[in-house]
Amino acid sequence: MYDAGKIIPGLIVFVGLMLFAIYYNVGNKIEDPKPEKPVGYTSCVLPLEEIRAEHMVLLNEWRDEVIREGKREKVEAGGKMYEKSLQNGCMHCHTSQEKFCDQCHKYASVNPYCWDCHVTPEYGKALGEAN
Amino acid sequence: MRILYPFLAILAVSLIAYLGGKVTGLQYLFGVVLPYLAFAVFIVGFVNRVLYWAKSPVPFRIPTTCGQGKSLDWINQDRLDCPNNKLEVIGRMLLEVFAFRSLFRNTKAEVHDGPKLVYGSSKWLWLFAILFHYSFLIVVIRHLRLFTEPVPSFVALTEFFDGILQIGAPTMYQTDVILLAAVAFLFLRRILSRHVKYISLAADYFPLFLIFAIALSGVLMRFYFRVDVIAIKQLTVGIATLSPVLPAGIHPIFFVHVLLVCILLVYFPFSKLMHMGGVFLSPTRNMSNNSRSVRHINPWNDPSIKPHSYAAYEDEFRDVMKEAGIPVEKE
Repeated sequence: MYDAGKIIPGLIVFVGLMLFAIYYNVGNKIEDPKPEKPVGYTSCVLPLEEIRAEHMVLLNEWRDEVIREGKREKVEAGGKMYEKSLQNGCMHCHTSQEKFCDQCHKYASVNPYCWDCHVTPEYGKALGEAN
Repeated sequence: MRILYPFLAILAVSLIAYLGGKVTGLQYLFGVVLPYLAFAVFIVGFVNRVLYWAKSPVPFRIPTTCGQGKSLDWINQDRLDCPNNKLEVIGRMLLEVFAFRSLFRNTKAEVHDGPKLVYGSSKWLWLFAILFHYSFLIVVIRHLRLFTEPVPSFVALTEFFDGILQIGAPTMYQTDVILLAAVAFLFLRRILSRHVKYISLAADYFPLFLIFAIALSGVLMRFYFRVDVIAIKQLTVGIATLSPVLPAGIHPIFFVHVLLVCILLVYFPFSKLMHMGGVFLSPTRNMSNNSRSVRHINPWNDPSIKPHSYAAYEDEFRDVMKEAGIPVEKE
């Protein structure tokens, strides 16, 4: 073998990079996300499978309808009326961002930009009390 | 045939994975067993191939000199195109690896009326090659979010910048679009340019189709089938922590993606894709052009064989040479 002094370190670096995910996780406590279910409700605006996969699309549609088209009428699902709103609709039942939204979002490293503008009801209340 | 067979192969594999992905037993095979095997083949095959290359002696200085070599003091040396020492070689290699400098020098030959042969600059290949490679790198880094917990900040940062346009929900990644467009260009180049088409083989089309199919299945997973990311991360993190689990309810398109990636990993060490390691071992790029200032001795010369000058040779064979009528220098 020729140039072992350069090739062997190069290969070690390569294998080290490739195995990053394996040694990075060593010692990390990995827990499955546990989004907290709201008390007193058994169904959402869409069936479970659909809301899980499509909630971001639905929120985008609601945003466009409410903000751009002014269609603020409530949504009916399972005999209940829901407001077309993140803060007053979704978070009326799922009150905590930390215990509901962030559970899965953190796990999957999803950083939606909802919170660039919105505040959670909890935070809003705390803000109101502080003032 | 050179285009059709690789295309059909990818199509068949995708179909098998899609149908098999609906069966729990095969899900374990496609989602856990094959990825481990493919990854092992990739690492061992890659290292093996590089070690095999390292066994080849390169006794001569064979850098491609694309500029003025080091000469008299008052002649300017082209340091990057004709490096004379290690530092200049490192500079040349860094630009080669990170900026694809050789491709940047790509030229196009055209015959005009006259007939006149004209060489022109042709940067399209370089542009799409560099877009393709860096997009692929970013896509691979982004995928670490599925294999690590907690997700390292450099992965989150990469994702943030990749989705900074905030188009749609889930956010569109720029690299997805660029990657697909670049692969499409690299494919069209092979079929639309007559010269390139003539020299293109199945081994050139296959990786293009494979990578296109991988990217497409990934995009479909995110935007069309909307697979359950949480279940998939449980699977992938399980693989990375060497304690695999198979959650229920994963959409079969995921297994198409994974099987195609497995094929890429297995195919990699035995194909042209090894240019990933090979670029570092290119003697025409990683050697300095110093054979006029440094004496290079063939490493496998037998030390017991002493130099034999012509004068000594003639002394040894003078009589025989005279007899055969061969002229000699010393009578």
